[in-house]
Amino acid sequence: MQPILDIKNVDKLYAKHQALKDVSLQVPKGSIFGLLGPNGAGKTSLIRIINQITGPDAGEVLFNGELLKPKHTERIGYLPEERGLYRKMKVGEQATYLCMLKGLDRKTANQKLKHWFEKFQIVDWWDKKVEDLSKGMQQKVQFIVTVLHEPELIILDEPFSGFDPINTNLIKSEILELRDKGTTVIFSTHNMESVEEICDHIALINKAEKILDGSVKEVKEAYRANIYELNFVGNKMGFTNALWTGAELLDFQNKGETQYAKVKLLGDVKSNDLLRALLPVAEIHSLGEVLPSMNDIFIQKVTEIETDDE
Amino acid sequence: MNKIGLIIGREYFSRVKKKTFVLLTLLGPLLIAGGISLTIWLSIEDAEEQKIVVVDQLSPLFSKLENDKRVTFDYSELTLEEAKASFHDSPYSGILFIPKNIETGSKTAQLYFKKQPSAVVIRNIETKVEGIIEELKLEKYQISREEFYDVKTNYAIQPIKFTESGKEEDIDQGKTVIGFVFGLLIYLFIFLYGVQVMRGVMEEKTSRIVEVIISSVKPFQLMMGKIIGVALVGLTQIVVWIVLTFTIVMAVQMFILPEILGIDTTQIQATEEVLQEMNQGNSAMPQEFDFSDPNSILKRTNWTMMLGLFLFYFLGGYLLYSALFAAVGAAVDNEADSQQFMFPVTAPLILAYVMSTVIIQNPEGPAAFWFSIIPFTSPIVMLVRVAIGVGDGGIPIWEVALSMSLLVVTFIFVVWLAGRIYRTGILMYGKKISYKELWKWIRY
Repeated sequence: MQPILDIKNVDKLYAKHQALKDVSLQVPKGSIFGLLGPNGAGKTSLIRIINQITGPDAGEVLFNGELLKPKHTERIGYLPEERGLYRKMKVGEQATYLCMLKGLDRKTANQKLKHWFEKFQIVDWWDKKVEDLSKGMQQKVQFIVTVLHEPELIILDEPFSGFDPINTNLIKSEILELRDKGTTVIFSTHNMESVEEICDHIALINKAEKILDGSVKEVKEAYRANIYELNFVGNKMGFTNALWTGAELLDFQNKGETQYAKVKLLGDVKSNDLLRALLPVAEIHSLGEVLPSMNDIFIQKVTEIETDDE
Repeated sequence: MNKIGLIIGREYFSRVKKKTFVLLTLLGPLLIAGGISLTIWLSIEDAEEQKIVVVDQLSPLFSKLENDKRVTFDYSELTLEEAKASFHDSPYSGILFIPKNIETGSKTAQLYFKKQPSAVVIRNIETKVEGIIEELKLEKYQISREEFYDVKTNYAIQPIKFTESGKEEDIDQGKTVIGFVFGLLIYLFIFLYGVQVMRGVMEEKTSRIVEVIISSVKPFQLMMGKIIGVALVGLTQIVVWIVLTFTIVMAVQMFILPEILGIDTTQIQATEEVLQEMNQGNSAMPQEFDFSDPNSILKRTNWTMMLGLFLFYFLGGYLLYSALFAAVGAAVDNEADSQQFMFPVTAPLILAYVMSTVIIQNPEGPAAFWFSIIPFTSPIVMLVRVAIGVGDGGIPIWEVALSMSLLVVTFIFVVWLAGRIYRTGILMYGKKISYKELWKWIRY
C-alpha cells in the first residue's frame, strides 16, 4: 500500500546548524507512527517541513504520492509543541475561526464543534474567553481543533507535555478511535515510554539523522536479546546447574515462596530447550520473553553508531 | 485567497468590537470639538465681574476709563504703594497702574491682580487704555480723528506665484497648514496602528497560537492579513471621525451658533477678538477658516486631490511602517525587549513630523524637496507640500510621481524584508535577538 507520507532524502540547514541530514522515512497509511528521539534531534524541524511551515533545503516529501503542496495543509491536523490560543477570544468563536482556516465553512465547523464539545462535555464554555479556562480545558479545545476537520494525517508534537493524566487518557483513546477510522497519526516525543504502547511504527532520530525505523514488532524482533524471565519454585543451586552452558543467569531474586530469574539464552538455544532443562529441578509458574524497550533500543543503537565512528 | 480574508476579518472584527474602539471612535470627535469649545469658552467666560482700582500718575487723564458690564473702574488718588498695601483687604480684583511716561511708550501700564483675569478682560482694558493714549497723542500733534484713521495703515504683502505658463497664484501658508493637519493625521495613525500591528504579532507569538495558524496559512499571509485588517480598522476610524466631525460642525453652525448670536452678540465679538489674538503669530489664519467666505482656504483647497493623496500616502506610509513594526513584534518575546528595535523604526517617523512643522513655512525649499522624496518621511512631508497645489504653480508633477513611485517600491521591498524576519522570528522563543541575528534571518 502507498504510504501516506514518503519523505525522501530531506536536508535542512539553519544558518550553520544542520537540523536534518538525509532523512528518509515512510509513514504507512492508518498507522500510529512514533517519531522518537531526544530533544534537539530534529523532530520538530521534520514536522514543520511536513506542515509546510518551512521547506526542505534538499529532498522531497510526498503526501499520498503527490509532492507536498499548500492545499495539503487542509488534510493535515497539527498540534504543535508550542501551542496556545488567543487569550481574549471566545472559545467557540476561536475554534470556529481555526477550523475555517483549515478550509471548513462556518456552518459545518459549528455543527462539528458542537458535537465534539458535547463529547468532551465542554458545551458551557462556548461563550467563555480562553483566558478564563483552566489549562486542561484549553488542551481539550486545542485537541478538538486539531482533529475537527477530519484530516487524513494528524501530527502531535510532544502531545502529552503539560497534559494532566485524565486528558492524556482521553486523548489516547480518541487517537485509537481515529486510527480505527483510518486516520494516520504521527506522535513526536522524546519520552519514548509514553507512546511505545500505542505506536505500531516508529522512527528514531538522533542528531539530525534517522538511525532506525520500522514497525514496532520488527524493531523489537531485531533487537531482541533472547532474554527470558522466569517465576518458579525451586532452589537456586539446582536452577543454576540446570542452565549449564545453554544460558547465562543475569538476575536472581528470592521472592519468598517463589523465585525470580532473568536469563539470556546462548547460541541456538530456544525457550523450549530451557524449559526441558529446568522441568526436572523446578516448578515453573511463568516464562516470558523480555523485549527491549524503545529506550534500550535507542541507547543501544546510538552506542553502536558511535563505536562504528571511532 | 479566502484564508487571508478570514485573517483580515478576525483582525478587523476583534478590534472593532472592542468597547474602547467604539468609545474612542464615537467620542473622539466630540472630545476634540468639546475640548476646543471648552478652551474658548473658558478664556472668554469670566463669572466674576472685575473691579479695578486705577492708580494714575497722569491724574486725572485716565478718569475717563469707561465702565461696562465686565469691568468697573474706580478712580483713586492713591499712590501705587498705598494701593498695594491695602489691596488684599479691599474688594478690588485688580490695580491698574498708569505710569507717568506712558505716552512716550517707555513705560507701559501694569495690572496687578489677585486671580489671573481672562484674556478677554485684559484685552478689554488694553483697548480702553490704548484709546485714551491715542486721544492724548492726537491732541498733542493736533491731528483730527478723521485724519488719524486715514493715516493709519494696515499693511500686508500679497505674495503671488508667477508660473511659467503665465498663471498667477496666491501663495499662502494657510494651505500648508491644511496639508500639515493631514500629515499629522497620517503620523498619528501610523504610530497608533503600527504599534497595534506589533502588539498583535507579539500576542500571537507569546500566546503560542502562531504555529497552529501557520500550519494552515503561510506566515506572509498571516502578516499581511494582520496589517490589512488593522489598516481597515484605522480607515473605519478615520471615516467615522470625518463624518461625525462634519456633522457636528454642521449642527453647530445651523442650530447652536445662531442661537448664541441672537442672545449675546458681545460674547461672539469677544470670541472673535480672542481668536484673532491667538492667531496673531500665525499668519493668514483669522478669517481664512470662515465657511461663508468664498475666498477662504477651505474653499480654495483642492479637497479631492488632497483626500486622494492623503489616502495614498496614508496607506503607503502605514504599510511601510507597520511591516517594520510587525518584524519587530516577531523578533522579540515581550514589549520590554522591543524598545531596542523600536527606535530605528520610529526615528524617521518622528523626524518626518518635526520636519513638516518647519516645512509649513517653506514648502518649496531643498529640505522640503528631499524629505518629501525619501519614502520614510514622504508620507507626512509630501502632504504639507501638495497642499499648495500640484502641477502648474505648485509642486512639479514629476516630484509627486517620483515620491509616490519610490514609496511603492520601498514598501514592497520593506514588506518582503519584514516577511523574512517575521517568518523566522515568530518561531523563535526565549531568545534575545541581536541585529546580527536579524541580518542572518534576512539572508537565510
